[in-house]
Amino acid sequence: MTRPAGIGGRLAAAARWLLAKALGAAFVLWAVTTLIFFGIRMIPGDPAEAILGGPGSQASAEALAQVRAEYGLDQPLVVQYFAQLGRLVQGDLGNSYSLRMPVSSLLGEQLPATLTLALLSLVLAWVVALGLATWSTLSGRSASLVSSGLEIVGAAVPHFWLASVLILLFSINLGWLPPVNTGSAEGLILPVVTLALPLAGFLGQVMRESMLTATTSPFALSARARSETEGGVLFRHSLRHAAIPGIALSGWAFGSLISGAVVVETIFARPGLGRTLLNAVTLRDIPLVTGVALVSALAYVLVMALSDLAERIADPRVRGS
Amino acid sequence: MTIMANFRRRVPGPSAHTRLKVTVPEMLAGVVVLSLLAAVAFPALLAPYNPLAINPPDAFQGPSLEHWFGTDESGRDIYSRVIFGARPSLLIGAAATAIGVGLALALGSLAGLGGRVLDFGVGRLLEVLFALPGLLLALVFIAIAGPGVVTSTVAVGLSTAPGYARIIRGQIIQVRGSGMVEAAVVLGRGRAQVVRRHLLPNALSPVFVIATLGLGQAVVWAASLSFLGLGEPPPAAEWGAMLAAGRTYLTTAWWMTFFPGLFIVFTAAASTVLGRGLQRRTVR
Repeated sequence: MTRPAGIGGRLAAAARWLLAKALGAAFVLWAVTTLIFFGIRMIPGDPAEAILGGPGSQASAEALAQVRAEYGLDQPLVVQYFAQLGRLVQGDLGNSYSLRMPVSSLLGEQLPATLTLALLSLVLAWVVALGLATWSTLSGRSASLVSSGLEIVGAAVPHFWLASVLILLFSINLGWLPPVNTGSAEGLILPVVTLALPLAGFLGQVMRESMLTATTSPFALSARARSETEGGVLFRHSLRHAAIPGIALSGWAFGSLISGAVVVETIFARPGLGRTLLNAVTLRDIPLVTGVALVSALAYVLVMALSDLAERIADPRVRGS
Repeated sequence: MTIMANFRRRVPGPSAHTRLKVTVPEMLAGVVVLSLLAAVAFPALLAPYNPLAINPPDAFQGPSLEHWFGTDESGRDIYSRVIFGARPSLLIGAAATAIGVGLALALGSLAGLGGRVLDFGVGRLLEVLFALPGLLLALVFIAIAGPGVVTSTVAVGLSTAPGYARIIRGQIIQVRGSGMVEAAVVLGRGRAQVVRRHLLPNALSPVFVIATLGLGQAVVWAASLSFLGLGEPPPAAEWGAMLAAGRTYLTTAWWMTFFPGLFIVFTAAASTVLGRGLQRRTVR
């Protein structure tokens, strides 16, 4: 628990932290690439044939040979492996089998749409979760009902079903919102709500428990003794406690958002990484799958580092440890 | 991932009486589970129609007294299909959970009992798998192994395993440092005996909780994969496959997606409530 003294010590600690995170990220990227590279080779089947559309495509021997040469599949496995790692270091993710385009430019095109969707959903989920947690903390008796309800929503309502129900309600019955992406801001509402609600349910439940503990803790009592109002106790003291478990669950939230994005982008016919991934998986377009996996693994590592930082800011107890 | 997060929270101990009392949601969950089991065991008794018999003149009928949940694009009765679908759907969920828990047991015990090097290795592997959270790992696995009901079941099991493995590893390490293990070592018990008599039985108690909580999650994830067209293909009477078939008609025949989805929600909710109840009674 000793804290480095002075600006220099703190800078050195920050640099060490940054270096550790960067090394961790590099390790994860290498491992994901390696797992996919050798995983695909363990499955029976000819990769060259897969590039040409699978065994059903009846590709000629010449076409197969040409593809093998083009993608370096005639080289020994080890050479192929290190060649791929070498390209990866330079930021080259190869060409998509199905779209015949560089994977990196495809990802660059799709990333903003998914990022917008995910960030808006995250913000909405936090607002709803904090709101629900505060409300249920203030209104004692109905709170336990709300709590178990929230948990069930968070754990049991799949994105595809929620999306269908929302479309049914708001697009087909009421006609307020478009059922599929129209490119307008209106078209974003249903996808964002679909992604945010299960997340909010789960976060809200965890935040509520933490908030309840905080409102009954000694520091809340001492604040009340200093004639702090209940609202003051809530906003100045308990909200921070509610945020901490929410931040700690960022990794989980990321998982929920990214798997939800695959479903939601497909249902609402939105562009984005999720739908790109699904198409790539369906067509077994391995370079594209690897690319999406690498981008999201990198994003995950980044999210974890940021949540680590945010936790240090929100929770003085973990600082310096 | 939900399960992992559930485990992180420890509600400060209520009295034994309130801890053991059966709550209303738990009773409802019990009723849901019993009904589902009845559908699994005797689908023909509960379903009025043959789940696969097509009847084109009756296609796309909305819910009515004759067809409670409506009919699909070939005039098949959705209610009958949902009832018959319970068996394959729950079987897929159970198989995926078994795969996930089995893998997690192997990894968790390796890390918890295998010494520092193995613990480090397993820890790094889990870190990598965690970087592909939710359905991502499952999708990558399907991209490698190809779509289908078997691969999607394995994929769901695989993507749940890292979270479970971390819980089991933590549990083993906690028991390893406990007084009873210390006492057994002081009494001169051999390593194998300590592992068999103390570590495994105590570390395994949360496995039942994990499996109960995880079953609902597995059913949801398997259904999501089917919905995306990567699992059992239609026209099989399986909930995921029914969702996949209904996806095309979402805006015209909502009942094709709504009712199979509702049963998935019931299953997942019941498994969450029961799993939490079990956890409240066993994990301290």
